[in-house]
Amino acid sequence: MSILYTALSLGVLGTICGLLLSLAYKKLNVKTDPRIEQITECLGGANCGGCGYAGCEAFAQAVLEGKADPALCVSAPDEKLKEIGKIMGIDVTPTQKKVAVVLCHGCDGIAKPRYTYDGLKSCLLASSMAGGPKLCEFSCVGLGDCVKACPFGALSIEKGLAKVNNELCTGCGTCIPVCPRSILELMPYAKNAIVRCKNTNVARVARASCSSACIGCKKCERTCQHDAIHVINGVAIVDNDKCTGCSECVEGCPCNCIDMGPAD
Amino acid sequence: MSEINILSFFVACVITNNFIFSRFLGVCPFLGVSKQVSTAFGMGVAVTFVMTFASLFTYFIYYGVLVTLKIEFMSTISFILVIATLVQFLEMAIKKFFPALYPSFGIYLPLITTNCAVLGVTVININESYNLLYSVMNGFFGALGFTLAIVLMAGVRERLENSNIPESMKGFPISLVSACLMAIGFMGFAGI
Repeated sequence: MSILYTALSLGVLGTICGLLLSLAYKKLNVKTDPRIEQITECLGGANCGGCGYAGCEAFAQAVLEGKADPALCVSAPDEKLKEIGKIMGIDVTPTQKKVAVVLCHGCDGIAKPRYTYDGLKSCLLASSMAGGPKLCEFSCVGLGDCVKACPFGALSIEKGLAKVNNELCTGCGTCIPVCPRSILELMPYAKNAIVRCKNTNVARVARASCSSACIGCKKCERTCQHDAIHVINGVAIVDNDKCTGCSECVEGCPCNCIDMGPAD
Repeated sequence: MSEINILSFFVACVITNNFIFSRFLGVCPFLGVSKQVSTAFGMGVAVTFVMTFASLFTYFIYYGVLVTLKIEFMSTISFILVIATLVQFLEMAIKKFFPALYPSFGIYLPLITTNCAVLGVTVININESYNLLYSVMNGFFGALGFTLAIVLMAGVRERLENSNIPESMKGFPISLVSACLMAIGFMGFAGI
Protein backbone atom coordinates (compact mmCIF):
# COMPACT_ATOMS: atom_id res chain seq x y z
CA MET A 1 0.00 0.00 0.00
CA SER A 2 2.78 2.32 0.98
CA ILE A 3 4.38 2.13 -2.47
CA LEU A 4 1.09 3.19 -4.03
CA TYR A 5 0.90 6.20 -1.73
CA THR A 6 4.48 7.05 -2.52
CA ALA A 7 3.97 7.04 -6.26
CA LEU A 8 0.61 8.79 -6.01
CA SER A 9 1.71 11.56 -3.67
CA LEU A 10 4.79 12.34 -5.73
CA GLY A 11 2.81 12.18 -8.96
CA VAL A 12 0.11 14.50 -7.68
CA LEU A 13 2.66 16.87 -6.20
CA GLY A 14 4.61 16.92 -9.47
CA THR A 15 1.50 17.55 -11.52
CA ILE A 16 0.42 20.42 -9.28
CA CYS A 17 3.88 22.00 -9.41
CA GLY A 18 4.00 21.57 -13.19
CA LEU A 19 0.59 23.15 -13.67
CA LEU A 20 1.47 26.08 -11.42
CA LEU A 21 4.71 26.62 -13.29
CA SER A 22 3.07 26.55 -16.70
CA LEU A 23 0.52 29.10 -15.46
CA ALA A 24 3.34 31.29 -14.15
CA TYR A 25 5.19 30.89 -17.45
CA LYS A 26 2.23 32.31 -19.34
CA LYS A 27 2.07 35.30 -17.02
CA LEU A 28 5.78 35.96 -16.72
CA ASN A 29 7.17 34.93 -20.08
CA VAL A 30 9.64 37.41 -21.52
CA LYS A 31 10.10 37.52 -25.26
CA THR A 32 13.80 37.57 -26.09
CA ASP A 33 14.97 39.07 -29.34
CA PRO A 34 15.42 36.23 -31.87
CA ARG A 35 18.25 38.21 -33.44
CA ILE A 36 20.50 37.46 -30.46
CA GLU A 37 20.46 33.79 -31.38
CA GLN A 38 21.00 34.53 -35.07
CA ILE A 39 24.00 36.73 -34.34
CA THR A 40 25.46 34.21 -31.90
CA GLU A 41 25.29 31.57 -34.62
CA CYS A 42 27.36 33.77 -36.95
CA LEU A 43 30.11 34.27 -34.37
CA GLY A 44 33.00 31.93 -33.79
CA GLY A 45 31.24 30.12 -30.97
CA ALA A 46 34.45 29.38 -29.11
CA ASN A 47 33.74 31.86 -26.29
CA CYS A 48 37.38 32.89 -26.65
CA GLY A 49 36.87 36.34 -25.14
CA GLY A 50 38.94 38.02 -27.85
CA CYS A 51 36.25 40.69 -28.21
CA GLY A 52 36.45 41.67 -24.55
CA TYR A 53 32.99 40.36 -23.64
CA ALA A 54 32.10 37.48 -21.34
CA GLY A 55 31.19 35.15 -24.20
CA CYS A 56 29.67 34.96 -27.65
CA GLU A 57 26.14 35.54 -26.37
CA ALA A 58 27.12 38.58 -24.29
CA PHE A 59 28.87 39.97 -27.37
CA ALA A 60 25.79 39.33 -29.55
CA GLN A 61 23.72 41.22 -26.99
CA ALA A 62 26.16 44.15 -27.12
CA VAL A 63 26.13 44.11 -30.94
CA LEU A 64 22.36 44.20 -30.92
CA GLU A 65 22.32 47.17 -28.56
CA GLY A 66 24.78 48.93 -30.83
CA LYS A 67 27.45 48.99 -28.11
CA ALA A 68 29.93 46.81 -29.98
CA ASP A 69 31.16 46.65 -33.54
CA PRO A 70 30.56 43.15 -35.01
CA ALA A 71 34.04 43.31 -36.54
CA LEU A 72 35.46 43.05 -33.00
CA CYS A 73 34.80 39.33 -33.23
CA VAL A 74 38.17 38.00 -34.24
CA SER A 75 37.08 34.50 -35.11
CA ALA A 76 34.10 35.16 -37.40
CA PRO A 77 35.02 34.98 -41.09
CA ASP A 78 34.19 37.92 -43.34
CA GLU A 79 31.07 36.38 -44.90
CA LYS A 80 29.65 35.72 -41.43
CA LEU A 81 30.30 39.35 -40.49
CA LYS A 82 28.36 40.41 -43.58
CA GLU A 83 25.53 38.15 -42.46
CA ILE A 84 25.47 39.92 -39.09
CA GLY A 85 25.38 43.19 -40.99
CA LYS A 86 22.34 41.91 -42.87
CA ILE A 87 20.58 40.89 -39.65
CA MET A 88 21.30 44.24 -38.07
CA GLY A 89 20.83 46.28 -41.24
CA ILE A 90 24.23 47.95 -40.96
CA ASP A 91 27.49 47.87 -42.90
CA VAL A 92 30.26 45.86 -41.33
CA THR A 93 33.82 46.39 -42.47
CA PRO A 94 36.12 43.57 -41.48
CA THR A 95 39.21 44.62 -39.58
CA GLN A 96 42.77 43.77 -40.59
CA LYS A 97 43.37 40.15 -39.69
CA LYS A 98 45.89 39.59 -36.95
CA VAL A 99 47.68 36.39 -36.08
CA ALA A 100 49.84 35.25 -33.21
CA VAL A 101 53.56 35.14 -33.96
CA VAL A 102 56.19 33.17 -32.05
CA LEU A 103 59.19 35.41 -31.44
CA CYS A 104 61.77 32.69 -31.10
CA HIS A 105 63.84 30.67 -33.54
CA GLY A 106 65.33 28.38 -30.97
CA CYS A 107 64.20 24.94 -32.05
CA ASP A 108 66.17 21.85 -31.03
CA GLY A 109 69.65 22.09 -32.51
CA ILE A 110 69.71 25.87 -32.67
CA ALA A 111 69.03 26.78 -29.04
CA LYS A 112 71.54 25.17 -26.70
CA PRO A 113 70.05 23.03 -23.93
CA ARG A 114 70.68 23.76 -20.27
CA TYR A 115 69.51 20.39 -18.97
CA THR A 116 67.15 17.58 -19.94
CA TYR A 117 63.72 18.35 -18.57
CA ASP A 118 61.76 15.29 -17.60
CA GLY A 119 58.92 16.73 -15.51
CA LEU A 120 55.32 17.71 -16.10
CA LYS A 121 54.57 19.08 -19.55
CA SER A 122 54.15 22.68 -18.52
CA CYS A 123 56.14 25.64 -19.83
CA LEU A 124 55.33 27.61 -16.67
CA LEU A 125 56.75 24.89 -14.43
CA ALA A 126 59.78 24.13 -16.58
CA SER A 127 60.70 27.78 -17.04
CA SER A 128 60.73 28.30 -13.28
CA MET A 129 63.25 25.49 -12.74
CA ALA A 130 66.80 26.86 -12.78
CA GLY A 131 66.08 29.12 -15.73
CA GLY A 132 64.34 26.57 -17.95
CA PRO A 133 65.51 23.62 -20.06
CA LYS A 134 67.05 25.85 -22.75
CA LEU A 135 70.10 27.98 -22.01
CA CYS A 136 68.40 31.13 -23.33
CA GLU A 137 65.95 32.53 -20.78
CA PHE A 138 64.02 34.31 -23.54
CA SER A 139 63.40 31.20 -25.59
CA CYS A 140 60.28 29.19 -26.33
CA VAL A 141 60.18 26.44 -23.69
CA GLY A 142 58.38 24.21 -26.17
CA LEU A 143 56.14 22.27 -23.80
CA GLY A 144 52.93 23.58 -25.28
CA ASP A 145 51.15 25.76 -22.70
CA CYS A 146 49.97 27.84 -25.67
CA VAL A 147 48.85 24.73 -27.55
CA LYS A 148 46.61 23.78 -24.64
CA ALA A 149 45.24 27.32 -24.37
CA CYS A 150 44.39 27.82 -28.05
CA PRO A 151 40.61 27.41 -28.56
CA PHE A 152 41.04 26.96 -32.32
CA GLY A 153 43.81 24.35 -32.43
CA ALA A 154 46.09 26.69 -34.35
CA LEU A 155 49.26 26.06 -32.36
CA SER A 156 51.55 23.08 -32.38
CA ILE A 157 55.03 22.21 -31.15
CA GLU A 158 57.61 21.29 -33.77
CA LYS A 159 61.13 20.36 -32.76
CA GLY A 160 60.68 22.03 -29.37
CA LEU A 161 59.33 25.28 -30.78
CA ALA A 162 55.77 26.60 -30.92
CA LYS A 163 54.41 27.04 -34.43
CA VAL A 164 51.33 29.00 -35.48
CA ASN A 165 49.03 27.74 -38.22
CA ASN A 166 48.04 31.03 -39.85
CA GLU A 167 44.97 29.53 -41.49
CA LEU A 168 43.50 28.47 -38.15
CA CYS A 169 44.75 31.37 -36.02
CA THR A 170 42.04 33.99 -35.52
CA GLY A 171 44.14 36.44 -33.53
CA CYS A 172 42.00 36.15 -30.39
CA GLY A 173 45.06 36.52 -28.18
CA THR A 174 44.17 33.75 -25.73
CA CYS A 175 47.67 32.27 -25.98
CA ILE A 176 49.50 35.52 -25.26
CA PRO A 177 49.15 35.77 -21.46
CA VAL A 178 49.70 32.00 -21.14
CA CYS A 179 53.30 32.05 -22.37
CA PRO A 180 55.64 32.35 -19.37
CA ARG A 181 58.30 33.88 -21.62
CA SER A 182 55.94 36.37 -23.32
CA ILE A 183 57.25 35.49 -26.76
CA LEU A 184 53.84 35.31 -28.43
CA GLU A 185 52.60 38.55 -29.97
CA LEU A 186 49.73 39.57 -32.22
CA MET A 187 50.83 40.95 -35.57
CA PRO A 188 48.95 42.10 -38.65
CA TYR A 189 48.66 39.32 -41.21
CA ALA A 190 50.95 40.86 -43.82
CA LYS A 191 54.41 40.30 -45.21
CA ASN A 192 56.61 42.13 -42.73
CA ALA A 193 60.02 41.54 -41.28
CA ILE A 194 59.85 39.72 -37.94
CA VAL A 195 62.73 39.58 -35.52
CA ARG A 196 62.32 36.10 -34.08
CA CYS A 197 64.25 36.77 -30.91
CA LYS A 198 63.71 38.65 -27.68
CA ASN A 199 67.13 38.04 -26.13
CA THR A 200 68.24 41.34 -24.61
CA ASN A 201 71.52 39.93 -23.27
CA VAL A 202 74.86 41.26 -24.53
CA ALA A 203 76.16 39.69 -27.72
CA ARG A 204 78.58 37.24 -26.08
CA VAL A 205 76.00 35.80 -23.67
CA ALA A 206 73.25 35.74 -26.29
CA ARG A 207 75.45 33.98 -28.84
CA ALA A 208 76.58 31.40 -26.30
CA SER A 209 72.98 30.35 -25.63
CA CYS A 210 71.64 30.18 -29.19
CA SER A 211 73.13 30.35 -32.65
CA SER A 212 70.11 32.28 -33.90
CA ALA A 213 70.01 34.91 -31.15
CA CYS A 214 69.83 38.62 -31.89
CA ILE A 215 73.14 40.09 -30.78
CA GLY A 216 72.11 43.70 -31.27
CA CYS A 217 74.76 44.41 -33.94
CA LYS A 218 72.57 47.08 -35.57
CA LYS A 219 73.38 45.83 -39.09
CA CYS A 220 69.67 45.68 -39.88
CA GLU A 221 69.23 49.22 -38.60
CA ARG A 222 71.84 50.41 -41.09
CA THR A 223 70.48 48.31 -43.94
CA CYS A 224 66.84 49.41 -43.60
CA GLN A 225 65.98 52.27 -45.92
CA HIS A 226 62.59 52.89 -44.33
CA ASP A 227 63.68 53.55 -40.72
CA ALA A 228 61.51 50.59 -39.71
CA ILE A 229 63.90 48.52 -37.58
CA HIS A 230 65.74 49.65 -34.48
CA VAL A 231 67.86 47.99 -31.82
CA ILE A 232 66.31 48.77 -28.46
CA ASN A 233 67.73 47.20 -25.26
CA GLY A 234 70.09 45.01 -27.26
CA VAL A 235 67.43 43.45 -29.47
CA ALA A 236 66.10 44.53 -32.88
CA ILE A 237 62.43 45.56 -33.03
CA VAL A 238 60.43 46.11 -36.22
CA ASP A 239 57.95 48.96 -36.57
CA ASN A 240 55.11 47.23 -38.46
CA ASP A 241 53.66 50.52 -39.70
CA LYS A 242 56.89 51.49 -41.45
CA CYS A 243 58.04 48.07 -42.66
CA THR A 244 57.43 47.62 -46.39
CA GLY A 245 58.40 43.97 -46.54
CA CYS A 246 61.45 44.55 -48.76
CA SER A 247 63.35 41.79 -46.91
CA GLU A 248 66.75 43.51 -47.12
CA CYS A 249 67.28 43.15 -43.37
CA VAL A 250 66.60 39.41 -43.62
CA GLU A 251 69.45 38.89 -46.05
CA GLY A 252 71.81 41.10 -44.07
CA CYS A 253 71.24 39.57 -40.63
CA PRO A 254 74.38 37.69 -39.53
CA CYS A 255 72.42 35.62 -36.99
CA ASN A 256 69.50 34.54 -39.20
CA CYS A 257 67.06 35.75 -36.58
CA ILE A 258 64.95 37.89 -38.94
CA ASP A 259 62.49 36.39 -41.39
CA MET A 260 59.48 37.47 -43.37
CA GLY A 261 55.97 36.77 -42.11
CA PRO A 262 53.41 36.00 -40.93
CA ALA A 263 51.88 35.97 -44.45
CA ASP A 264 53.90 34.18 -47.11
CA MET B 1 5.18 32.49 22.79
CA SER B 2 6.87 35.65 23.94
CA GLU B 3 8.78 38.22 21.95
CA ILE B 4 11.91 37.31 23.88
CA ASN B 5 11.75 33.80 22.46
CA ILE B 6 11.44 35.12 18.92
CA LEU B 7 14.30 37.55 19.47
CA SER B 8 16.63 34.85 20.78
CA PHE B 9 15.56 32.59 17.91
CA PHE B 10 16.39 35.42 15.49
CA VAL B 11 19.87 35.89 16.97
CA ALA B 12 20.44 32.15 16.96
CA CYS B 13 19.44 31.79 13.28
CA VAL B 14 21.23 34.83 11.93
CA ILE B 15 24.43 34.79 13.92
CA THR B 16 25.20 31.79 16.13
CA ASN B 17 23.77 29.15 13.82
CA ASN B 18 24.59 31.04 10.64
CA PHE B 19 24.02 28.72 7.70
CA ILE B 20 27.33 29.45 6.05
CA PHE B 21 29.69 30.04 8.93
CA SER B 22 28.60 27.50 11.47
CA ARG B 23 26.57 24.91 9.54
CA PHE B 24 28.68 25.21 6.36
CA LEU B 25 25.64 24.94 4.10
CA GLY B 26 25.25 26.93 0.89
CA VAL B 27 28.95 27.59 0.42
CA CYS B 28 28.73 27.23 -3.38
CA PRO B 29 26.73 30.42 -4.08
CA PHE B 30 28.52 32.07 -1.15
CA LEU B 31 31.80 31.81 -3.06
CA GLY B 32 30.32 32.03 -6.55
CA VAL B 33 28.16 35.15 -6.38
CA SER B 34 30.07 37.21 -3.85
CA LYS B 35 32.17 39.31 -6.22
CA GLN B 36 29.92 42.39 -6.07
CA VAL B 37 27.80 43.67 -3.20
CA SER B 38 24.81 44.37 -5.47
CA THR B 39 24.68 40.87 -6.97
CA ALA B 40 25.37 39.30 -3.58
CA PHE B 41 22.44 41.20 -2.13
CA GLY B 42 20.22 40.11 -5.04
CA MET B 43 21.26 36.50 -4.46
CA GLY B 44 20.50 36.93 -0.76
CA VAL B 45 17.00 38.19 -1.55
CA ALA B 46 16.42 35.30 -3.97
CA VAL B 47 17.58 32.74 -1.40
CA THR B 48 15.44 34.42 1.28
CA PHE B 49 12.39 34.07 -0.94
CA VAL B 50 13.09 30.43 -1.73
CA MET B 51 13.99 29.43 1.82
CA THR B 52 10.97 31.11 3.43
CA PHE B 53 8.46 29.65 1.01
CA ALA B 54 10.21 26.29 0.92
CA SER B 55 9.86 26.11 4.72
CA LEU B 56 6.17 27.02 4.47
CA PHE B 57 5.25 24.59 1.70
CA THR B 58 7.34 21.69 2.93
CA TYR B 59 5.73 22.03 6.37
CA PHE B 60 2.31 21.43 4.84
CA ILE B 61 3.56 18.68 2.57
CA TYR B 62 5.36 16.88 5.39
CA TYR B 63 2.67 17.04 8.05
CA GLY B 64 -0.31 17.16 5.69
CA VAL B 65 0.63 14.47 3.18
CA LEU B 66 3.68 12.47 4.15
CA VAL B 67 2.90 11.95 7.85
CA THR B 68 -0.75 11.15 7.18
CA LEU B 69 0.18 8.55 4.59
CA LYS B 70 3.08 7.33 6.80
CA ILE B 71 5.61 7.79 4.01
CA GLU B 72 8.00 10.19 5.81
CA PHE B 73 10.93 8.62 3.97
CA MET B 74 9.78 10.50 0.87
CA SER B 75 10.60 13.85 2.49
CA THR B 76 13.86 14.58 0.63
CA ILE B 77 12.55 13.91 -2.86
CA SER B 78 9.29 15.81 -2.38
CA PHE B 79 11.14 18.74 -0.79
CA ILE B 80 13.46 18.89 -3.78
CA LEU B 81 10.39 19.01 -6.02
CA VAL B 82 8.98 21.98 -4.13
CA ILE B 83 12.32 23.79 -4.09
CA ALA B 84 12.85 23.22 -7.82
CA THR B 85 9.41 24.62 -8.58
CA LEU B 86 10.06 27.68 -6.43
CA VAL B 87 13.41 28.30 -8.11
CA GLN B 88 11.91 27.98 -11.58
CA PHE B 89 9.22 30.43 -10.59
CA LEU B 90 11.80 32.81 -9.15
CA GLU B 91 13.89 32.61 -12.31
CA MET B 92 10.91 33.63 -14.43
CA ALA B 93 10.00 36.41 -12.02
CA ILE B 94 13.54 37.83 -12.00
CA LYS B 95 13.77 37.64 -15.80
CA LYS B 96 10.52 39.57 -16.01
CA PHE B 97 10.91 42.17 -13.29
CA PHE B 98 14.69 42.56 -12.86
CA PRO B 99 16.19 41.91 -16.32
CA ALA B 100 19.34 43.81 -15.33
CA LEU B 101 19.97 41.52 -12.38
CA TYR B 102 19.31 38.31 -14.33
CA PRO B 103 22.60 37.87 -16.25
CA SER B 104 24.76 38.57 -13.19
CA PHE B 105 23.35 35.51 -11.41
CA GLY B 106 24.50 33.27 -14.22
CA ILE B 107 24.53 29.60 -13.35
CA TYR B 108 23.94 30.25 -9.65
CA LEU B 109 20.25 30.99 -9.92
CA PRO B 110 19.29 27.50 -11.14
CA LEU B 111 21.84 26.23 -8.65
CA ILE B 112 19.68 27.44 -5.75
CA THR B 113 17.75 24.26 -6.52
CA THR B 114 20.68 22.29 -5.25
CA ASN B 115 21.70 24.89 -2.70
CA CYS B 116 22.15 22.78 0.40
CA ALA B 117 21.09 25.65 2.65
CA VAL B 118 17.58 25.49 1.16
CA LEU B 119 17.22 21.74 1.47
CA GLY B 120 19.04 21.98 4.80
CA VAL B 121 16.52 24.37 6.32
CA THR B 122 13.58 22.15 5.39
CA VAL B 123 15.26 19.07 6.83
CA ILE B 124 16.30 20.95 10.00
CA ASN B 125 12.69 22.11 10.45
CA ILE B 126 11.55 18.50 10.45
CA ASN B 127 14.39 17.18 12.62
CA GLU B 128 13.92 19.87 15.28
CA SER B 129 10.13 19.37 14.99
CA TYR B 130 9.45 23.09 14.73
CA ASN B 131 5.83 24.23 14.47
CA LEU B 132 4.62 26.20 11.45
CA LEU B 133 5.59 29.64 12.77
CA TYR B 134 9.05 28.49 13.84
CA SER B 135 9.63 26.66 10.54
CA VAL B 136 8.88 29.77 8.52
CA MET B 137 10.92 31.91 10.91
CA ASN B 138 13.79 29.44 10.70
CA GLY B 139 13.69 29.69 6.90
CA PHE B 140 13.38 33.47 6.85
CA PHE B 141 15.94 34.28 9.57
CA GLY B 142 18.33 31.62 8.31
CA ALA B 143 18.18 33.19 4.88
CA LEU B 144 18.77 36.61 6.45
CA GLY B 145 21.89 35.12 8.01
CA PHE B 146 22.89 33.80 4.57
CA THR B 147 22.32 37.26 3.07
CA LEU B 148 24.35 38.89 5.84
CA ALA B 149 27.22 36.47 5.25
CA ILE B 150 27.24 36.78 1.47
CA VAL B 151 27.00 40.60 1.53
CA LEU B 152 29.79 40.88 4.10
CA MET B 153 31.90 38.52 1.98
CA ALA B 154 31.18 40.56 -1.14
CA GLY B 155 32.32 43.70 0.68
CA VAL B 156 35.55 41.99 1.66
CA ARG B 157 36.12 40.69 -1.86
CA GLU B 158 35.50 44.10 -3.43
CA ARG B 159 38.30 45.45 -1.27
CA LEU B 160 40.51 42.46 -2.04
CA GLU B 161 40.24 43.35 -5.75
CA ASN B 162 42.25 46.50 -5.12
CA SER B 163 44.72 45.12 -2.63
CA ASN B 164 48.23 44.01 -3.30
CA ILE B 165 48.04 40.22 -3.03
CA PRO B 166 50.84 37.77 -3.87
CA GLU B 167 50.35 36.24 -7.31
CA SER B 168 49.76 32.72 -6.03
CA MET B 169 47.09 33.87 -3.56
CA LYS B 170 45.09 35.99 -6.02
CA GLY B 171 41.45 35.14 -6.71
CA PHE B 172 40.06 32.02 -5.11
CA PRO B 173 42.76 31.23 -2.51
CA ILE B 174 42.54 34.61 -0.79
CA SER B 175 38.72 34.41 -0.87
CA LEU B 176 38.81 31.06 0.90
CA VAL B 177 41.22 32.41 3.51
CA SER B 178 39.01 35.44 4.17
CA ALA B 179 35.91 33.22 4.38
CA CYS B 180 37.76 31.11 6.94
CA LEU B 181 38.66 34.17 9.02
CA MET B 182 35.05 35.36 8.86
CA ALA B 183 33.87 31.95 10.06
CA ILE B 184 36.25 32.19 13.02
CA GLY B 185 34.74 35.61 13.79
CA PHE B 186 31.24 34.14 13.75
CA MET B 187 32.38 31.30 16.01
CA GLY B 188 32.93 33.92 18.68
CA PHE B 189 29.16 34.26 18.98
CA ALA B 190 28.67 30.59 19.80
CA GLY B 191 27.32 30.06 23.27
CA ILE B 192 25.37 33.32 23.51
